[in-house]
Amino acid sequence: MPATRVIHRKTALFTGIVVVSNVAGNSALTYGMQQLGDIGYSPLALIGALFHPWVVLGVALLILWTLSHMALLSWADLSYVLPVTAIGYVLTALSGRYFLNETVTSTRWAGIALITAGVTLVGLTSPSTTEHRP
Amino acid sequence: MKWVLVLLMIAATTAGDVFRAAGMKRHGEIADFRPGAIGRALASLARNRFVILSTCSMTVSFFAFIKLVSIAPLSFAVPVSAATFVPETLLARFYLREVIDWRRWLGAGLIMVGVVLVSL
Repeated sequence: MPATRVIHRKTALFTGIVVVSNVAGNSALTYGMQQLGDIGYSPLALIGALFHPWVVLGVALLILWTLSHMALLSWADLSYVLPVTAIGYVLTALSGRYFLNETVTSTRWAGIALITAGVTLVGLTSPSTTEHRP
Repeated sequence: MKWVLVLLMIAATTAGDVFRAAGMKRHGEIADFRPGAIGRALASLARNRFVILSTCSMTVSFFAFIKLVSIAPLSFAVPVSAATFVPETLLARFYLREVIDWRRWLGAGLIMVGVVLVSL
């Protein structure tokens, strides 16, 4: 398989892992923190929050996000990874529509269309434009 | 306090992403996914000063984020985090020296407007 095809397949796979772990991780963290209520600003209370089961799940997903994001950035540009992973904003909005039965307003659909157009546009560029050391 | 957390999160995320990208560019492409090779890559990355700086920044960003979502909804926290697109794209161009053609500038701009619309 030519090297560029390998890079494109790896990029697609790792972009998928980065997006799903980020969206699911943020949702789990938010759900957990909202269950805990207002815990104030003391560092001990914030560290204590790390033991809530939903926060534990969120942190586990965040570790997966960290590792896959690092791997992706080892061969792809930040100015490529940042916009392409923005498809996560669309997934968050759509999961609200399909799992939480939230209504999606026309403004929100317009936003989803703009994000999708932007992600597609950046997705057309080559993932790497700088010399990455072998 | 909400906006202090927002600013802290945006600054820490920007620093975290840019240092991570700089560290990983220096490390080079991860191409071997066998457990031993991944272990060696992690051992080398744990000594990479850019990756260490990135991890510290991301830790600050993490605590700012979990505190923010405990006092504000996720539909506020996620869209404001899209503000990182501006400083990160500029730093990618001028610090990381990436080639950002019109498709990337336009794409990043469309996404920022889109994220704001989704959050309205």
